[in-house]
Amino acid sequence: MSVREGARERLGAALWRRPWLRGALILSPPLTWFLVVYLASLVALLITAFFSVNSLTGNVVYQWTWSNFSQIFTQSVYGTIILRTVIMAVLVTITDALIALPFAFFIAKIASRRSRQAFLALVFLPLWASYLARVYAWINILSNHGVLPNIESHLGLPVTNLAYTNVAMWIVFSYLWLPFMIVPIYGAFERVPDSLLEASADLGAGAWFTFRQILMPMILPGIVAGSIFTFSLTLGDFITPLLIGGSSSNFIGNAIYDSAINGGDLPFAAALAFVSIAIMAVYLLLARLAGAFDAI
Amino acid sequence: MKLSRLTRGGFAVFAALVVTFLLGPLFVIVLFAFDKSNVQSLPIRHWTTHWFAVAFNDPAVRSALWLSVKAGCAATFIALVLGTLVAFGIHRFRFFGRDTVSLLLVLPIALPGIVTGLALQSAFNISHIDLSIYTIIVGHATFCTVVVFNNVVARLRRTSTSLIEASSDLGARPLQTFRLVTIPMLSTALIAGALLAFALSFDEVIVTTFTAGAQNTLPLWIFGAILRGQQLPEVNAVVVFVLILTAVPIAYAARISSGEQSFRSTGSK
Repeated sequence: MSVREGARERLGAALWRRPWLRGALILSPPLTWFLVVYLASLVALLITAFFSVNSLTGNVVYQWTWSNFSQIFTQSVYGTIILRTVIMAVLVTITDALIALPFAFFIAKIASRRSRQAFLALVFLPLWASYLARVYAWINILSNHGVLPNIESHLGLPVTNLAYTNVAMWIVFSYLWLPFMIVPIYGAFERVPDSLLEASADLGAGAWFTFRQILMPMILPGIVAGSIFTFSLTLGDFITPLLIGGSSSNFIGNAIYDSAINGGDLPFAAALAFVSIAIMAVYLLLARLAGAFDAI
Repeated sequence: MKLSRLTRGGFAVFAALVVTFLLGPLFVIVLFAFDKSNVQSLPIRHWTTHWFAVAFNDPAVRSALWLSVKAGCAATFIALVLGTLVAFGIHRFRFFGRDTVSLLLVLPIALPGIVTGLALQSAFNISHIDLSIYTIIVGHATFCTVVVFNNVVARLRRTSTSLIEASSDLGARPLQTFRLVTIPMLSTALIAGALLAFALSFDEVIVTTFTAGAQNTLPLWIFGAILRGQQLPEVNAVVVFVLILTAVPIAYAARISSGEQSFRSTGSK
């Protein structure tokens, strides 16, 4: 055995005897990445929110100020934008829950084993399919000469004109995030043993009673998990409001995008981003207060 | 729970409607890509693959595609290394703050994408780093890591560590064990993780908007073209191309990791 091999072996043995050393060696590159790149960035975002921009030069002035936040809370336009975003996020979350509940119940408890696999594959396809492709498809469907008005006029129905409306945005958001709601609710239904439902029926409970008293408490964590996705994804979007909602339906995301990309006011955008983080935090807190995490 | 035939039928009809709602728009977009007309409308009178050729020969599309491929490959590679390391660390060792590590990993996709994007841009701004392909890669690698992690950790949970111990007991050196036992054991999970990470990176718009500066990745080109309302037939062809390029690896990843929970829980933008 050469000297080099012996050294290598001793190193291996040393590592084997000291699990903490191995752990530290394995975890330090990814942890360094996430601390240096990601957490540091979030801190940078927080700090930037308290800077301002020199209106003449357009450069960031690295000096502490509350002006961004006071601007957000005193100008009514931002109140309107924040309210519109939150209402849409709530509406989309409720809509997706109402569609996903019966659908997931059907796949998990009624459909045959074989068709269950097929249904799941059909849900996963749009979950992973290109986001822009799916938004663009809806532009083609809802626009004035789009698929929907076309079909309606062929059938002799009154033609709806949904392009650039809040209703269009509601439909498209509900469409985009529906798989994110179906998957966790399906997972929750799957974990409910059939015998539990049979026992409930044997003891004389009707379907509705079983649903409310047995099923609902067990799948609530699934609904909450899904709602976190639907809420957060709606909250942070600026592309769908821009492409589907049109110019008069700005979201927080659009205000951020406009300030950071078009307006060159990174500090103001950072302050707005903190508003959306705060809203997300309140949402998680409310879900927690409602006892949604107890069952997890 | 006893349900009447009628109720079951009602549920089945509803499920069929939901599937139509989910897949209909994808069908529409594929159909329109082969429409010869400049303005998309039904019924389609003339079919053509002309727009695919136009898109393929457009230098702007080509350079955007090339940038997306380069950034996607580099980000996937970094995510593969980081995600696998965390998976091993979390799986093998019990330590204080273990849950915090997995939370940290999922944070870039759990927080609204715009927050992640803007946070990175703020950091690059403060440290005076100009936006380039490297800033795109850093952003993508950060949110792709969790996908690789989920796949690898799910595989590690299903396989026992005794194989690795047996290998060292039988005299294999650590690197030999790694090459001959660990890698083959994880190979399909690594491939699935890499494919999903690439698909996620290749399609990402929101974080990229803030880390790309003046460059165009393919999704940024699509976004810009839709916004301007120009070259729409070309957009159609490109969008279908992206759809196929992301759907194929995802379907393949789902196939090779079938039965593992990891695949289901990681879909996100």
